Amino acid sequence: MKKLIKNLNYLWNKFKKNNIQFWDSLEEQLILNDVSASTTKRILGKVKNYVYRESIDDIEIIKDLLKKQIMEILDGKNKAILSTSKTPPSVFLIVGINGVGKTSAIAKMAKLFCDSGEKVLIAAADTYRAAAVEQIKHYTDKLGLELVYHQRFSDPGAVVYDSIKKAITKKFDKVIIDTAGRMQTSHNLMEELKKIKRVVNKNLNRDPDEILVVIDSTTGQNAKFQAETFNNALGLTGIILTKTDGTSKGGIVLTIKNDLGIPIKMITNGEKLDDIHYFDSKKFAETMLS
Amino acid sequence: MFEFLTSKFEDLFYRIRNKGKLSKDDLDSSLKEIKLALLEADVNFKVVKEFLENVKQKAIGRNILKSITPFQQIVKIVNEELINMLGVTGSSKISFAPKTATIIMMVGLQGSGKTTAVVKLANLIKNEYKKKVSIIASDIYRPAAVPQLRDMAKKIDVDVFFEENSDPVSISCNGVETFRKSGSDVIIIDTAGRLHIDKIMMDELVNTRKRVKPHQIFLVLDAMTGQDAVNIASQFNLKIEYDGIILTKLDSDARGGAVLSTYYATKKPVRFISTGEKIEDFGIFYPDRMASRILGMGDILTLVEKAEKVIDKRKAEEIEEKIYRSELNFEDFISQLKQVKKIGSIEKVFSMMPIMNKNKIFRNLNLDDSMLDKIEAIINSMTLEERRKPNIIDGSRKRRIASGSGTSTGEVNRLLKQFAKTKQMMKQFKNFGNKPGFPFGKLN
Repeated sequence: MKKLIKNLNYLWNKFKKNNIQFWDSLEEQLILNDVSASTTKRILGKVKNYVYRESIDDIEIIKDLLKKQIMEILDGKNKAILSTSKTPPSVFLIVGINGVGKTSAIAKMAKLFCDSGEKVLIAAADTYRAAAVEQIKHYTDKLGLELVYHQRFSDPGAVVYDSIKKAITKKFDKVIIDTAGRMQTSHNLMEELKKIKRVVNKNLNRDPDEILVVIDSTTGQNAKFQAETFNNALGLTGIILTKTDGTSKGGIVLTIKNDLGIPIKMITNGEKLDDIHYFDSKKFAETMLS
Repeated sequence: MFEFLTSKFEDLFYRIRNKGKLSKDDLDSSLKEIKLALLEADVNFKVVKEFLENVKQKAIGRNILKSITPFQQIVKIVNEELINMLGVTGSSKISFAPKTATIIMMVGLQGSGKTTAVVKLANLIKNEYKKKVSIIASDIYRPAAVPQLRDMAKKIDVDVFFEENSDPVSISCNGVETFRKSGSDVIIIDTAGRLHIDKIMMDELVNTRKRVKPHQIFLVLDAMTGQDAVNIASQFNLKIEYDGIILTKLDSDARGGAVLSTYYATKKPVRFISTGEKIEDFGIFYPDRMASRILGMGDILTLVEKAEKVIDKRKAEEIEEKIYRSELNFEDFISQLKQVKKIGSIEKVFSMMPIMNKNKIFRNLNLDDSMLDKIEAIINSMTLEERRKPNIIDGSRKRRIASGSGTSTGEVNRLLKQFAKTKQMMKQFKNFGNKPGFPFGKLN
């Protein structure tokens, strides 16, 4: 993504006299950043219309228009925030397929809350993967956090039940639930997650305050399908976009927001536990075009 | 796998298959459709462009617009170009070092599925090539990476080497030495996931390679990777020249465009694909078979190979003989059913069959394994006599079978009817003079 703006200026200078080639190259750039073909068409269509109607020939204005379009899709004016509840604990259910960086994203979230003085409990509801508990335990030990976990292959619903009970009696501010990562096509996993949601609801008389899907920014068009499947089963409230320190910047989230209306709430960009931020659509649009 | 692309190609081909003549507009709109389908499947933009250009050139060169069989021509051209994109054929065998232990190193991004792929590859080499395989765990960074590997390796009974308080290079060297002494034929090194732009981590890989001198290096790549797959594959290749790619998470809905892009970018072929959660869901990659599958023409070769591995040949022949004599009964039916299930899920089996528009059919049929389970339950609730002579099943027997199998009499009826129809069909085949055969009846 970073190369885009240099390229834009370059493309503009190169193709000034041949507008079709300029727009074609712009299309190529967006698609190469995993923005879907249809979203690309939508963004460029609007910008193009305006440019022709107003006979604009200033690349800076075109850049501004592009940025505006991207921000409009993300419809965020300010930084994203997480919903919390007036009666603690606030519960965040984190889902996603394997390998997207769920567990480290959870550790980073937990640290963020801790740093602002909150009491955080983590529920290890991934009872499926080998060494899943060891992995999250490594983080909670490091951060000095409490972790609720059971035996491997035990019922994740029971882990969540215990966690909520503990959070209420011991007055925790936040509970983050780590869940098993499997392919979204796994029927059992979806049922397991629905059950977790029900357990939260039964014990707090409300759904989790946030149900967030973790999306790896390296993922292409399949990310939309992932979001869609989890959304159909659980009703997602947002996305955590991970691994943005690589060379791909996750243009697919534009399509997810555009088509499914699921906003991006957080973003992680490095190996350190501090490398997590609330999503800033302006910044995102800028990095996409700069 | 590739259902997305397959259904797109099937839709397109279905529309043009009966055209006696292809106009220039038809060709252009077909190419446009292919372009969108490939992009939606995450094939790299530049690769798509070149692919379309090649198809177009060939179409013009072969005078497709004047051809009286334009459909066959275009399928042929697209098939050829797909195979070109997927890489050369004939590179699919694993080569082993003649005298010493073969060392294989696996590298890739975080979360690409390296550890699982390491264990699956170990399992494949152990079972298919009858070699003694060992694994070195050199991921000292990710919490619980080593316990995860140990846990999985234990299931396939393969030794794992690891050293506490050491570094990846030393662990790899010491592991190789240890396993050489203990007589391993193949040693697989699992490395930590890393970003291709992380200089320090990439240097560590280069150092490991220098010291250990692996015979083969494989890049493990997530099939769901987007446009950046080309970049990742190129960067890894630049820094640590690898021999091939292992594509993971190629489950049913992964569009797998990466597989169509990386060979183009790096000229390094995809060697293995991982297609599911189970350890056996892993195999050698054949570009020509994959091309045929993507185009909706099925993959009979793989299906037959899989069937050969799990199906009892003698039993299959017995059943075939019975079909021939029209004596097929429910007992044979259930044993056939069990054999089919051994090959894989019904969806997997179905996806390998050469049936046009099967994706559509499949969606409408709503065929899944629970249906097979139901059929099995119904047959299991029949008495031996009922299984052998289905025509004695009357109303009260139907009710008993339904309640015994937790189904309804309607479902029992449906099965009986289907079975009668199948038998009827078999008879007709026989009357044609051809020896019939269930899809998996005859395997020689």
